[in-house]
Amino acid sequence: MGTEISTMEILKTTEVANSPLGVGSNISGSEAVLKAMIAENVQTIFGYPGGAIMPIYDALYDYQNELNHILVRHEQGAIHAAQGFARSSGKVGVVFATSGPGATNLVTGLADAMIDSTPLVCITGQVFAHLLGTDAFQETDVINITTPVTKWNYQITDANEIPHVLAKAFYIAKTGRPGPVLIDITKNAQIQKFDYAGYTKCEHIRSYRPKPIVRKEYIVEAAKLINEAKKPFVIFGQGVILGKAEKEFKKFIEKGGLPAAWTILGMSAIATDHPLAVGMLGMHGNYGPNVLTNECDVLIAIGMRFDDRVTGRLDKYAKQAKIVHLDIDPSEIDKNVKTTVPVWGDCKETLPLLTELIEQKEHKEWLNKFNEFTQKEIDAVIHEELNPSTDILTMGEVIKTVNELTNGDAIIVTDVGQHQMVTCRYAKYNQSRSNITSGGLGTMGFALPAAIGAKFGAQERTVVAVIGDGGFQMTLQELGTVMQSKIDIKILILNNEFLGMVRQWQELFNDRRYSFVDITSPDFVQVAKGYYIDGQRISKREELKDAVNKMLQHKGSYLLEVMVGKENNVFPMVPQGCSVSEIRLS
Amino acid sequence: MNKQEYTITVYTENQVGLLNRIAIIFSRRKINIESLNVSPSESESIHRFTIVINETEDVVRKLCRQIEKQVEVLKAYYNTNEEIIWQEMALYKVPTDIIAEKVKVERLLHQHGARAVVIRKDYTIFETTGHREETEGLIKALEPYGLIEFVRSARVAIIKASNGFHEKLKEFEQKEPGEELIENEFLDKQEEVFTM
Repeated sequence: MGTEISTMEILKTTEVANSPLGVGSNISGSEAVLKAMIAENVQTIFGYPGGAIMPIYDALYDYQNELNHILVRHEQGAIHAAQGFARSSGKVGVVFATSGPGATNLVTGLADAMIDSTPLVCITGQVFAHLLGTDAFQETDVINITTPVTKWNYQITDANEIPHVLAKAFYIAKTGRPGPVLIDITKNAQIQKFDYAGYTKCEHIRSYRPKPIVRKEYIVEAAKLINEAKKPFVIFGQGVILGKAEKEFKKFIEKGGLPAAWTILGMSAIATDHPLAVGMLGMHGNYGPNVLTNECDVLIAIGMRFDDRVTGRLDKYAKQAKIVHLDIDPSEIDKNVKTTVPVWGDCKETLPLLTELIEQKEHKEWLNKFNEFTQKEIDAVIHEELNPSTDILTMGEVIKTVNELTNGDAIIVTDVGQHQMVTCRYAKYNQSRSNITSGGLGTMGFALPAAIGAKFGAQERTVVAVIGDGGFQMTLQELGTVMQSKIDIKILILNNEFLGMVRQWQELFNDRRYSFVDITSPDFVQVAKGYYIDGQRISKREELKDAVNKMLQHKGSYLLEVMVGKENNVFPMVPQGCSVSEIRLS
Repeated sequence: MNKQEYTITVYTENQVGLLNRIAIIFSRRKINIESLNVSPSESESIHRFTIVINETEDVVRKLCRQIEKQVEVLKAYYNTNEEIIWQEMALYKVPTDIIAEKVKVERLLHQHGARAVVIRKDYTIFETTGHREETEGLIKALEPYGLIEFVRSARVAIIKASNGFHEKLKEFEQKEPGEELIENEFLDKQEEVFTM
């Protein structure tokens, strides 16, 4: 059934593709897809061809100067790369995949992008419309499979729909609270010729309100609470970065003298060494921010969603505090934590209004309290992690070395597990969009493809992918993508020869019953060599600085494997089911 | 907070797949939908979902926000039974010979406001419309006389305080809608919110 494209039709497609705009002409659905990409200023597409998306790839053959298509090794790699691209660039990430397995391989990435609010447009091929529902070759019901993990999805069976549906897709993906959109296009619609009337960007959908009109009453109430507060505490998430409101945020906390802590995804929205930056929240966050959440009198939550890894036990979370919650998504307000004053809106708009109304203050004594807790944490945990008294290398000292040699200017992409927590605890950042990690979904295998995408999204920046020995083996096929696209990323494997985070839990909560966490690895340096990527493995402290430096200075991609302590634990830790103030230092 | 019956009214675009998108908001949280009806509304092209569930107000409020968050949903409301006028329709199949013989049955049907839709030699189909207790009352009454089959429709409901949707729809079509459209439910309960 796949041979319905006549040679004549293919010839026609090529002719029209060469006409400058194609407006008013008879073009194929496939070409309309590519014209939409160009109109939306898409430069990079991550994808993998296959039967049901062949017409689009055929059209792409003539668009290689306008569109940079990166051939990945697995569709999951494509979507994580698109996520990394979106996170480093602030633009929409684009993915092409075929029907059936091509489409189902996107599901993990869609779920990840959904929970971490990453703007994506994924195009999947689909079998001919007349074959829908017949269990045709490589047919899956991708719309229903992806409904829970997309902000919006739509199946196109007629080429006439392509321009306006794609315009909607880009509009929905990037506006309001961003998220992934999937458009499934049947093969007949890709081949079909139609009267192309040009591409108009979408600016309005009557059933969709990306952001509300800000109601001043709430700003006034919020400012009143903040001005009356003796111990105000700001906790912020990725909303500040997604809203491109980093400057507005900085002005706000500086005027109010407000100590501010970040969620894992909010990290890098302000420089980590800012005097008001008090650290990271959550299960493996810093001591002060966790304990003092239960001591502050006004908690100002900005663009964050009170995830359970941040709040710990909910009925013992900030009960003493009045809560101001700024969010663009009304369904987040009162979802987990009851709000005293909800400020519904885009923080790019609400923060300046709030800054105007708050009084210039310092809160020295209160800020000092954070510093006291920081000192306790340094004494109990940080000093030993960064300056170990034994010969065994720690993950923390590796990250410290990266900080020293990059001056906090690199984009650091992390995978999931102990190395992720350690990196987020100790990495230094000077600029926004520098910390890229799978926060909400916790997708092992995220880092390598996401780092590839992050580099394409910010080509002038150094990209370091910090990955554990477990996670690296989940998507290491993307070394092929690194090789073929000749990009320059630095792969830093922190190898503790364990699935470390699960091992840590088994040690602490399951009586050291190490159940299937002892993972063996191939020789990663040799694996990289097979892909013509240089690298080395080290296990001694005296080699560390030179090795990291060599990695950073190397022209092109490089893999550095550092053997670290096998049974090191990440502390502090809020054990599951405990309150944030019950955080353990050991 | 106690669980009680809530009727959720959702105004949507007419879009393939939207039923699933809305239904999974309930199934994801393991909440059973008691009744679900999809119909046109007074505004052309706008569809109206009527969903009945048994839950606490807190849960219902969160569900409505998740529903309203869907791109093709214009508005979602939830109401208690006191705030709506609602009806369900039921059909009952009974053997005609028993109906013909037993005068009592005929009286019973009159009492329940039932109407004969089809009368055949072998069976007769009655219809009633009303609240759950009413349609269920007739089942109990008919059971001794050989009720062959019973089926009840989903609930349809009209919110007493509603002025319909057509005026709101005009607002939705504006690029810069008026403030009434972006209804801020927090503001409506301002006192409650700010004194917490």
